[in-house]
Amino acid sequence: MPAIELKGVVKRFGDITAVDGLDLDVPRGICLGLLGPNGAGKSTTMRLLTGQAIADEGSLRVLGHELPAEAKEARAEMGVVPQLDNLDVDVSVQDNLAVFARLYRVKDVRAAVDKGLALARLTDRRTDSVDQLSGGMRRRLLLARGLMHEPALMLLDEPTVGLDPQIRTQLWSLVDLLRSQGVTILMSTHYIEEAQRLADEVAVMTHGKIIARGKPGELIAKYAGRETAEVYGPPERLAEVRAGAEAQGLTVRPAGPAVAIVGAERASDGAIPPEAVRRAASLEDVFVLLTGEEAE
Amino acid sequence: MRRLEPAAITGVMSREVANFRSFWKSATFSSVLEPAIYLLAFGVGLGSTIVKKVDGLDYVEFVGTGMVATAVIFSSALPAMFGSFVKERFQRTYDAILAAPVDVEELVTAEMLWIGIRSGIYGCFPLLVSMLFGLDPAPGMLIVPLYAFITALGFAAFGIATAASVAKIDQFSYVTTLVITPLFLVAGTFFPIDQLPEGFQIAAQFNPLHQLVVLVRHACFGFEATDPLRLAGLMVFALVLWREAVRRMSKRLID
Repeated sequence: MPAIELKGVVKRFGDITAVDGLDLDVPRGICLGLLGPNGAGKSTTMRLLTGQAIADEGSLRVLGHELPAEAKEARAEMGVVPQLDNLDVDVSVQDNLAVFARLYRVKDVRAAVDKGLALARLTDRRTDSVDQLSGGMRRRLLLARGLMHEPALMLLDEPTVGLDPQIRTQLWSLVDLLRSQGVTILMSTHYIEEAQRLADEVAVMTHGKIIARGKPGELIAKYAGRETAEVYGPPERLAEVRAGAEAQGLTVRPAGPAVAIVGAERASDGAIPPEAVRRAASLEDVFVLLTGEEAE
Repeated sequence: MRRLEPAAITGVMSREVANFRSFWKSATFSSVLEPAIYLLAFGVGLGSTIVKKVDGLDYVEFVGTGMVATAVIFSSALPAMFGSFVKERFQRTYDAILAAPVDVEELVTAEMLWIGIRSGIYGCFPLLVSMLFGLDPAPGMLIVPLYAFITALGFAAFGIATAASVAKIDQFSYVTTLVITPLFLVAGTFFPIDQLPEGFQIAAQFNPLHQLVVLVRHACFGFEATDPLRLAGLMVFALVLWREAVRRMSKRLID
């Protein structure tokens, strides 16, 4: 039985349809990256999975529990790391963990707190209040808080949003550790590198729907081919390159100050200008092609 | 999992206790000092110059016992309003709690119980301070924390329901001006209700704070047969507002 099964899920907020007929299965033991631009419906999907939003249509089953009727039972077996830091800032690090150990009905609160502190590498800061911690420490504490009850499923909602690259790498190590322990992870992100680095499978979401899903390598091969050529230059030159490549039936996408010619290995002579920088096709190419959004 | 699980309720309350450790000194300081100031200004000031006796009581005794209701509403309705709004809107605390196996009914119940307990204790401070000004201790006073607790439950629920209903924090000023201040002023704390026009006297009977004032005075100076009825009224007040707070907070927190 999959850890998560969503069928035809629709969630509307007034005239806005945030989730639009979403079908999603997440098998046990994998890390699925839900990749999409801001406003794609990722956070709403996360809230639907915790029962903090109720679907207008469709069926949701999490760890065998039907939602929303059995949302509380499902939450008892899952951990959540929210996008926004909602730690109690005036409370000590260890008390933040202890409160959630109690909320998750952990029998040995002290042992769970010690374990959480070790995981977050905050044992020596246990009596400090949260407002004395750095941003990275707070993120690690949030992750440890969601793991107090050793959940079977972790929902990570943009776990590294707003963090600098060094702290992001620290978080990735922790998520890697969870993967190695067999915890099922659903991670929403709009960072391509994060999805490519951590996810066994990636589902690309936009306008409330999954539009592509597969292993990162499979998605790249299917949508972006083997090679991408990036051309830098003034706007007139980029327009000229784009027109030439498109005339040959190649896909061209904007890439910041450049244009990226996707599937460059299929180009015939002259389509790729000599100054182009060739690189292996990436998930970023897939993301931009499918969503029409610039990647982060 | 069943509804209103004790583990969920005590878990939420343990968060409140952990937070309270960081501000208990300031909260307790104001809870002790405020009745002392009121007693000095009204009880001692007015009592020694203009008003000697009210309803057969020294004015200090009259105000001191009435101040229990003031302490209860200010330590229940206001923290519930502002605290719930801040936790819901700014700190996202409720989002964190509801991601654990806790539902809105348990969350609201735990918040009410914690505020009720705190207010039940703070509600007794005016009596203790009044003793320094001449109020004689009486065995009946031992029931005052219970009266204060039950009334505070109702006002905590009122505060939570209000927090779940307003769009912006500054809208609380309408509630304090139009609801809390009138309730506080016509509770019979500083002057007897029977000196008001008849319409106000009837309205005051529906004021939970007035019922609390009467119950506290009876506990201090002699119980009366109507006390169980008054207490039942306060319980109904708490029960109705509890359900309303759960309904409104569910609407606010669950999309």
